[in-house]
Amino acid sequence: MSIKTKALTKSIWVFHISCGSCNNCDIEILDCFTPRHDIERFGVQLIGSVRHADALLITGAMNRKSVPRMKKIYEQAPKPCVVVAVGQCALSQHMFRYSYNVREPLDEILPVDLYIPGCPPKPEAIIAGITKLVKKINKGK
Amino acid sequence: MKILLNFLVFPGLLTAVCVGLLAGWFDRKISARLQWRVGPPWYQNFIDIAKLFGKETIIPRSSRWTFILSPYLGFLSLVLAATVLGKVMLWPSESFYADIIVILYLLTMPAVSMMIGASSSRNPLASVGASREMKLILGYELPFILSLIAVIIRCQDSIQLGSIINYQASFGSNIFSFSGALAFIAAFFAMQAKLGFAPFDISEAEQEIMGGTLIEYSGPLLAVFKLTKAVLLYTMPLLLICLFMGKDLGWMLLIPKYIGIVLLAVLIKNTNPRIRIDQALRFFWGPVTIIAVISVILAAVGL
Repeated sequence: MSIKTKALTKSIWVFHISCGSCNNCDIEILDCFTPRHDIERFGVQLIGSVRHADALLITGAMNRKSVPRMKKIYEQAPKPCVVVAVGQCALSQHMFRYSYNVREPLDEILPVDLYIPGCPPKPEAIIAGITKLVKKINKGK
Repeated sequence: MKILLNFLVFPGLLTAVCVGLLAGWFDRKISARLQWRVGPPWYQNFIDIAKLFGKETIIPRSSRWTFILSPYLGFLSLVLAATVLGKVMLWPSESFYADIIVILYLLTMPAVSMMIGASSSRNPLASVGASREMKLILGYELPFILSLIAVIIRCQDSIQLGSIINYQASFGSNIFSFSGALAFIAAFFAMQAKLGFAPFDISEAEQEIMGGTLIEYSGPLLAVFKLTKAVLLYTMPLLLICLFMGKDLGWMLLIPKYIGIVLLAVLIKNTNPRIRIDQALRFFWGPVTIIAVISVILAAVGL
């Protein structure tokens, strides 16, 4: 394991994108940074600009308006960058499955590395997902 | 050879970066403890820098060279300031004439480089950040220079850091006089704004303008900006110690003084919300400048 991947797994800067979610997943993501869960212990930080991101946390069902913007944001991120789908909507479109303006699920648009299920996922589930992501990066990629 | 060694290793680059990153960790840890969290491990900031050096650099379609070179401009001139300051603190006799003015100019370079880089990235949010940074410089430089003048008048009109330290070594620290204490308060607020700590982190407001001046920077160039912040966190408290508490500069007293000043800055950072740019200007040109002017007058009278 090179020092580069080691450093990458120890400090994941997270950029949070909501493309049409009901905000519950977003609240649960913010919960991870509160005193009870505090994932800054593992070097995870919420950052403001995509240019600094190592992971994109995507919540919500992809509607027609957000798909092109989503692609644009993914192209703007500097490249060892993983995509994490948070919540049932981002995974499988959930209750918007046959809706008129939600056409394709997230993993047909972007290469998703990690799925965190739940409606909304608990902060514990998000932390467990992050540890799985770290293991996956360490194995090779 | 010796000068190069000084610049690259001992009071200069390597030491400044290591101490600055450790102080940055101290800041994060104290903030975490104040919010009842656990906080990151001590090597977190080193890992962040290592990671950023391994990432891709994206250069926007803009004036490339100013975008690439401006982080290095700010970083190298700040390291030069740290070297001059460190040498003076170790060997006060080696200080050269008017080095306090040299340090004053070099300390504004990081903010200038940040403005150049931000405005050459062509991002509207970055230009908002750059304009805020510019207004903030106009705000805090005035009280900072006034408090320096108070110190200079107190130390028998010498503009040489070495003789300021020697004066304090024989006549007691500046901070224990009326004019020195007032000047310290003014200079401390200026330091808070220079470091970009919370009431004055207007130019990098993450929540409103998404990182502001740093928004377009990624990878190694962002790492250089982070290192600039770290070296600034090393230089500014040391400069304040030099100017106001220069009586004993042995290791046993220097380290508690340094930690104390950083701790005070972190506490102010964590207990104050971000203010608007007009409030910041009003604050610096109002109360802080008045305090600094009073301290200059007191110093001229001899208190």
